[in-house]
Amino acid sequence: MINSNAKTLLEVRDLTASVAGVEILKGINLTVRAGEVHAIMGPNGSGKSTFAKVLAGHPAYTVQGGAVLFEGRDLFALASDERARAGIFLGFQYPVEIPGVTNSAFLRLAYNTVQGGRGKDELDPLEFDDLVREKMKMLEMSPEFLSRSINDGFSGGEKKRNEILQMALLEPVLALLDETDSGLDIDALRVVAGGVNQLLTPDNACVLVTHYQRLLNYITPDYVHVMSAGRIIKSGNKALALELEERGYDWLLDAKKAAA
Amino acid sequence: MTVTASHPYVASLLAGSTAVPKSPAAWLDARRAAALERANALAVPTTRDEEWRFTDLTPLTKLQFQPVTAAAAVSAADIAMYAVTEAAARLVFVDGIHVPALSQRGALPAGITAELLADGLKTHGALIEPHLAQLASGESDLFTSLNTAFLQHGVFIHAAKNASLQAPIHLLFVATRKDTATYPRCLIISEAGSKCCVIEDYVALGDEPYLTNTVTEIAVAPNAALCHIKVQREGGQAFHIGNCAVTLAKDARYLAHAVTFGARLSRNNLTVIQQGEGAHAQIDGIALIGGRQLADTHTLMDHARPNGSCEQSHKTIVGGAGHAVFNGKVFVREGAQQTDSSQQSRNLLLSDKARVDTKPQLEIFADDVKCAHGATVGQLDAEHLFYLKSRGLPERQARNLLTYAFGAEIIDRIPVPSLVAQLERSVMARTEAGA
Repeated sequence: MINSNAKTLLEVRDLTASVAGVEILKGINLTVRAGEVHAIMGPNGSGKSTFAKVLAGHPAYTVQGGAVLFEGRDLFALASDERARAGIFLGFQYPVEIPGVTNSAFLRLAYNTVQGGRGKDELDPLEFDDLVREKMKMLEMSPEFLSRSINDGFSGGEKKRNEILQMALLEPVLALLDETDSGLDIDALRVVAGGVNQLLTPDNACVLVTHYQRLLNYITPDYVHVMSAGRIIKSGNKALALELEERGYDWLLDAKKAAA
Repeated sequence: MTVTASHPYVASLLAGSTAVPKSPAAWLDARRAAALERANALAVPTTRDEEWRFTDLTPLTKLQFQPVTAAAAVSAADIAMYAVTEAAARLVFVDGIHVPALSQRGALPAGITAELLADGLKTHGALIEPHLAQLASGESDLFTSLNTAFLQHGVFIHAAKNASLQAPIHLLFVATRKDTATYPRCLIISEAGSKCCVIEDYVALGDEPYLTNTVTEIAVAPNAALCHIKVQREGGQAFHIGNCAVTLAKDARYLAHAVTFGARLSRNNLTVIQQGEGAHAQIDGIALIGGRQLADTHTLMDHARPNGSCEQSHKTIVGGAGHAVFNGKVFVREGAQQTDSSQQSRNLLLSDKARVDTKPQLEIFADDVKCAHGATVGQLDAEHLFYLKSRGLPERQARNLLTYAFGAEIIDRIPVPSLVAQLERSVMARTEAGA
């Protein structure tokens, strides 16, 4: 929902970043206001996942230049865990499996840590159990997933549901969902997207990184950005996504080359 | 009997062995005398011995340890924290000596016996004779020979044919005194079709040097199942040398869980011989050490007959300037076809000074077998750390949780919930203290 008077949550200016000495992001500019849904699309290797990871503070990436303000604060002054407690959430493309820690213990620890960071009360195991079961219902997840180790032996779809479950519990200000639709069948996609929609409010925002338009049938973006070679080369509304679906990325890349 | 050890340190350890009273069985006295002879002839192993390459016993030989003649006063409250609530019976030994007042000899089901070896010899002498000091003969092993030479306060656990006990039998060995040497001894005989679970638990009330030199002998008969849990949470200055010898008959099942937290220097030897077809062993081990601790585990899985299987998973978590050693031998004898044996050694180093020496050693003389092994040494996975931090967990908490998870994977398989809870709390406390 676009409201030009809404608070600016994220301000990215000329962001450049590299991994292992190779520059991947070559000057990104983006403004995200409260209440907005942004979709970042683009061919493989365009840097869209890197962008999400850099914002979340992945240690493999080095920020080379530019600035990012999150709710007016210098994002890069915060460690990744501080960003999470400040309200940034990254939904992983490939959530890791951690045998030996039950999902319920992990979810409660994360929940209480983030709550504590916001000066709110922590929940004891029983209170938390009520909360998490309610959120799991929304995502049509069996309570059985609470007693299993984190993502251990989960199918691709189960892992993605578990990501959105974490988003539902942590109530981020800015959710970065990295290819949340990949590996999902149509039913799982509907459930996961429905979960995300329920979590969107006028006070938060969501950046969807996706390769395909498919997800955008379920979560309507206010803005669509196309990334190529580490830059946003075109921005538009939902119609742009449909055009990309029909024509692919090549026409845009060709137009870009012609312009250059 | 005069003591004429060839090695002065062995002589000092053997001082007092002649005070061990005669046993109820002449054959046992003979075996003790033979063990004393052997001990006299043996020297303390050095790092020049292949089996002790990484474990230097010099710190042990700089201290004098004497056997104990009377148990120190220990109250029930002193050891309350080690209570295993599920236990059907508990035998408590303080400085190696049985303390009936602290023990709980609950009503065990018919056919299950947990008693002192001295009592067992009276009622089950003929059953014990072929096994005691035979399964672990200690031919060339100084510590086994020493234990047998001092054999007095042993435990005898017997599961008669088809007898079954789900709840564990808890053997608690409590060390209280400086410069003492104790020689715990256990004999476990699981007869055909029986099922039981035994916990050997070594704890300390102080933090002074002492020596625990323990020997456990286990015979698992056809179709019997034994769960054997060994928890070594000795004091920080202690020396712990443990030898365990197991024989498995046809279709026997042996499930071992070894937990190593304590001792300045510990050595755990486990030998499992599959004497019957189709026997199965699961051998789990976890060592969590730090400071200047050394924890050495040597295992031997000997597939002597066909269709046997073994799943072994040994993990270590090493912090500080700790040093973990693992040597896992797997023998598949000629004719032991269709053996399915796997071994994993996974090691987590938490500091720059931590060290692990791990050595899988497979010797296979049959051609139709499945044997897998793997060894990894590493640090915490950066992707795992980032995942937890991206959910708000501070670096330290994320590291602790991953360290805990690494150990919990082994600990959680112990089928005694109250013990699992105790051990998990210890792992958490250790990781929070930076191991």
